Amino acid sequence: MFLINCPFCGEREQSEFKAGGEAHIVRPKQPTELSDDEWAEYLFMRKNIKGIQFERWNHFHGCRKWFNMVRDTSNDQIKAVYKMGEKPPVK
Amino acid sequence: MTNNLRFKTSKFIDETYRVSFKFNNKTYFGFKGDTLASALLANGVHLVGRSFKYHRPRGIMTSGSEEPNAIIQLHDNSSRTEPNVRATEVEIYEGLVASSQNCWPSVNFDIGGINNLLSPILPAGFYYKTFMWPPSFWKKYEYFIRKSAGLGKSPKVADPDIYEHNYIHCDVLVIGAGISGIMAAKMSAKNGYKTLLVDEKSYLGGSSIYDNSEFSKINNQTTSSWLEKEINEISKLENLEIKTRTSVAAFHGYNFLLARENLTDHLPINQREKKVRQRLLKIRAKKVITATGSIERPLIFDNNDRPGILLSSAIKKYIDLYGVACGENNVLFTNNDSAYETAMSLIQRGIKINAIIDNREQIDSKISYEVEKNNIKIYKGYTVVDTYGYRRINKISIMKLSKDGQTVIGDKTKLNCDCLGVSGGWTPAVHLFTQSGGKLKFREEDQVFIPDFYPSDQISIGSCNGDFSLEEIVKNTLYSIKKFLNVENSEYKTIEIISGLNLSKRNIWLLPSDKSIGKTKSFVDYQNDSTSKDIKLALREGFRSIEHVKRYTTTGMGTDQGKLGNMHALGIISETAGTKMGEHGTTTFRPPYTPLTFGTIVGRNVGEFFDIFRRTPIHDWHVANNAKFENVGQWKRAWYYPKNNENMHQAVQRESKAARDSAGILDASTLGKIDIQGTDASEFLNRVYTNAWSKLAVGKCRYGLMLNEDGMVYDDGVTTRLGENHYIMTTTTGGAANVLGKLEDYLQTEWPELNVYLSSVTDHYATISVCGPNSKKIVSKVITDLDLSDEKFPHMSFKNAKIDNIKCRVMRISFTGEHSYEINIQANYGKSVWEKCMEAGKDFNITPYGTETMHLLRAEKGFIIVGQDTDATMTPIDLQMDWIVSKKKYDFIGKRSLYRSDTIREDRKQLVGLLTENPEEVLEEGAQIVADIKKSPIEMLGHVTSSYYSPNLKKSIALGVVKGGKNMFGQKLIIPMENKNINVTVADPVFLDKEGERLNAKL
Ligand SMILES: [Zn+2]
Repeated sequence: MFLINCPFCGEREQSEFKAGGEAHIVRPKQPTELSDDEWAEYLFMRKNIKGIQFERWNHFHGCRKWFNMVRDTSNDQIKAVYKMGEKPPVK
Repeated sequence: MTNNLRFKTSKFIDETYRVSFKFNNKTYFGFKGDTLASALLANGVHLVGRSFKYHRPRGIMTSGSEEPNAIIQLHDNSSRTEPNVRATEVEIYEGLVASSQNCWPSVNFDIGGINNLLSPILPAGFYYKTFMWPPSFWKKYEYFIRKSAGLGKSPKVADPDIYEHNYIHCDVLVIGAGISGIMAAKMSAKNGYKTLLVDEKSYLGGSSIYDNSEFSKINNQTTSSWLEKEINEISKLENLEIKTRTSVAAFHGYNFLLARENLTDHLPINQREKKVRQRLLKIRAKKVITATGSIERPLIFDNNDRPGILLSSAIKKYIDLYGVACGENNVLFTNNDSAYETAMSLIQRGIKINAIIDNREQIDSKISYEVEKNNIKIYKGYTVVDTYGYRRINKISIMKLSKDGQTVIGDKTKLNCDCLGVSGGWTPAVHLFTQSGGKLKFREEDQVFIPDFYPSDQISIGSCNGDFSLEEIVKNTLYSIKKFLNVENSEYKTIEIISGLNLSKRNIWLLPSDKSIGKTKSFVDYQNDSTSKDIKLALREGFRSIEHVKRYTTTGMGTDQGKLGNMHALGIISETAGTKMGEHGTTTFRPPYTPLTFGTIVGRNVGEFFDIFRRTPIHDWHVANNAKFENVGQWKRAWYYPKNNENMHQAVQRESKAARDSAGILDASTLGKIDIQGTDASEFLNRVYTNAWSKLAVGKCRYGLMLNEDGMVYDDGVTTRLGENHYIMTTTTGGAANVLGKLEDYLQTEWPELNVYLSSVTDHYATISVCGPNSKKIVSKVITDLDLSDEKFPHMSFKNAKIDNIKCRVMRISFTGEHSYEINIQANYGKSVWEKCMEAGKDFNITPYGTETMHLLRAEKGFIIVGQDTDATMTPIDLQMDWIVSKKKYDFIGKRSLYRSDTIREDRKQLVGLLTENPEEVLEEGAQIVADIKKSPIEMLGHVTSSYYSPNLKKSIALGVVKGGKNMFGQKLIIPMENKNINVTVADPVFLDKEGERLNAKL
């Protein structure tokens, strides 16, 4: 079970958190302008890579804040956590 | 049996404290300090069970948690019964009752033993191959297989014991209190680390604590006396917590470990009352030191499973620790020096050793010379080729090994014995290390897997790290721990080691026999009865991956996870396949290391604490008034209120009629309530609901539908504008938490520029809904200062009011189609206001109704229930609720998805009403809807989502989803049931009062 360093609360057990899928997918500002394919790309397509992945997490049973996490899915090492709106750290 | 099996030399056994216990209905005696295994051995009992597949007699093989054979049932037919318990781990207590498993009628005469004679036709994969065809016969086969299989019986009644969970946070966790674990714990604690030391045994010190050998000494003291002083010292350290009888079950990532602490299993039953039996420790350690030791390997030869064949190290432990001789005429069979330590322990007590069979041609160690000096015959370069004796070994035959060790040569010699100790070297106990994600490497010289890559802040020391000599263990422990803990002072000045053993070994995974392999039974996995022959067969049949061979032969799949034989299985595979040992890797060791009880896993979450219940503030009234409850999410909701032995149908019919004829009252407190404030609150609602909110006047209510981004209906409810920048949103009972989460997600991640604040206030208010033609009269009696006229308080509006000085919010909204009011009041007053309403409604037959009636009433009006009439594939258009989707709004969650090529299909499933040809016939919810039953296969058009008998319409009504249903009004369809076909007509989903006359009636 991960020990996650919430950017707002500090280290907490994974059981307090919920994973929220891939990070840095921006909701299109003008969805009506998009073709079906473009909208489907936003709506359905997600990366599932073995290695470094950018993810959204929510401190659901804590401060309820959303934040971003960089995780190596091959060994579950958490490389970084950072707040929403912040740029991902360059590795 | 003989009396001379017990030797008065052990300080671990209290011979003044005699303990009686029962095994297979016979009473025996042991001493405090014994395990069930040591006590049975002291009574000359070796045969304790039958094997799983062939029902061969099996005896105690080991002295610890790795035991594959001696698994027994404790307290059969009692509430405390427990199957698959290892006799080697049970500490005896007065009143212990144990029995053999997997044998009928008795362990001495077992009918299943016939499988042993049938074994030529029971090869690996036999069950897979034979019992699969024809498929219809499986049920018959299964009955017999299950009956003759059966490892133990599960309890039939509730567990009387108490269990609990504990969280532990420490700087350093040391697993295993053998010599290296003790040293590590001392160095850690003395250097200021908050340390926890755990060991699965009842005592500290591991196998060194009973090692009095002259051939392994530390600072010129026996290891046992040196270690005793160390233990004495660390037990006084403040920084160190020590837990014995505590077995680490799982080692997860980020140094999160689960351990089971056994607190009462060693006590007589009458001393266990009101005590916690077992504790699940959830340990989060900054650093982990694994010192789990190693497990002695057996040797693989023909008939290597008879009772009386034990690991050599177990024989040593039984005599040194428990003072019990496993036999009176012993033979030791080895490929390394360990067996000579056992020999010395036996020699010291004058116990006869008939011979030592050693695979090695050359033996050159002080300890072996000492054994030879005692006139013990050592057969060098020999192997055991067969054993004899049905219920207990009585003879072995041995032959000389060829130079390459692949065949046997020369004459066969027979030797008598009643106990055979085997030693095939040692396997590091790397189970926990690999569970944590650690990677192993293979060490060619002595054919062991040892830790290589550590995935977290942890280290393995001692023999689980592949250090087998005392000198290596002590020196490497000092060196590694200093580095690992980054400490200067090792706490040890000088340590001088004297050792008379050397590490030479002649490793042969499968020992040769004079018989062909097909005629041998060399067991690799004792518990699952898989032999070397089975593994070779699997390879012949094309299996190559170790994971596949494991599953095909079931090697390593018992409750012991093959702690003894897995390495041999790997060895035999690589020898047969001609590959290198390291290439195959190992099978995966999974938690738990040793089995856990269900009690430990669930802890205190039993009975009513299994899951959290949420009760409304009015709950006690419902209980007092005979309500039946249904679970909605975590809520207990009043379902219906039966009167005078009414069944559910009768109660619901009465409640529904009363609500429409006069007055009904519903506890709606469970609906989710989210308080929304901020200058952008209106804009926020515009974006999350499908309809427009900006123009909603203060004091007005509006129904809203919320979609997912994929356009599918997610939740619904009424939201009220309390002030310019203040709304209260209601959600479905089950959806409340998720809706709040979703709203927060969008606010924090997509629209952080919006000035909006959300608070869940579900529990803050009790919500009482009063409906029906007399609702106005009733509410006016309860809330006296409020003008309830349609002009001042029209449908879909809200007022602040007071009931006896207590503020409340009143909404005129309706989920039944009747004139109705919803009173929201601070939760503490909920029950008293409910009672006030009941009192005020007495003259109007005010009738409390539950969720079932609520569902019926709304179905009459064609109102959907999200989650019942929708299933995450329904758009508002599919629900024929186009009216609620704003065409003007530029965007809202899910809008773009409403005109994807898929969502605009005309033949999607759409919500319709269904009327049965026979108005008395009520459809089953979930039933399939078809048009043509002659077509094959029948095309399923949809299914029934809601169905009731309406007492107000005096006919059966139903809602359902049907492909293209929107354009099928009036069309006849069929509901095929098991024994009849029901004719239905597609109808408008609004069955009652489509014009809203009841809602707007002048009352
Ligand atoms: Zn937090």
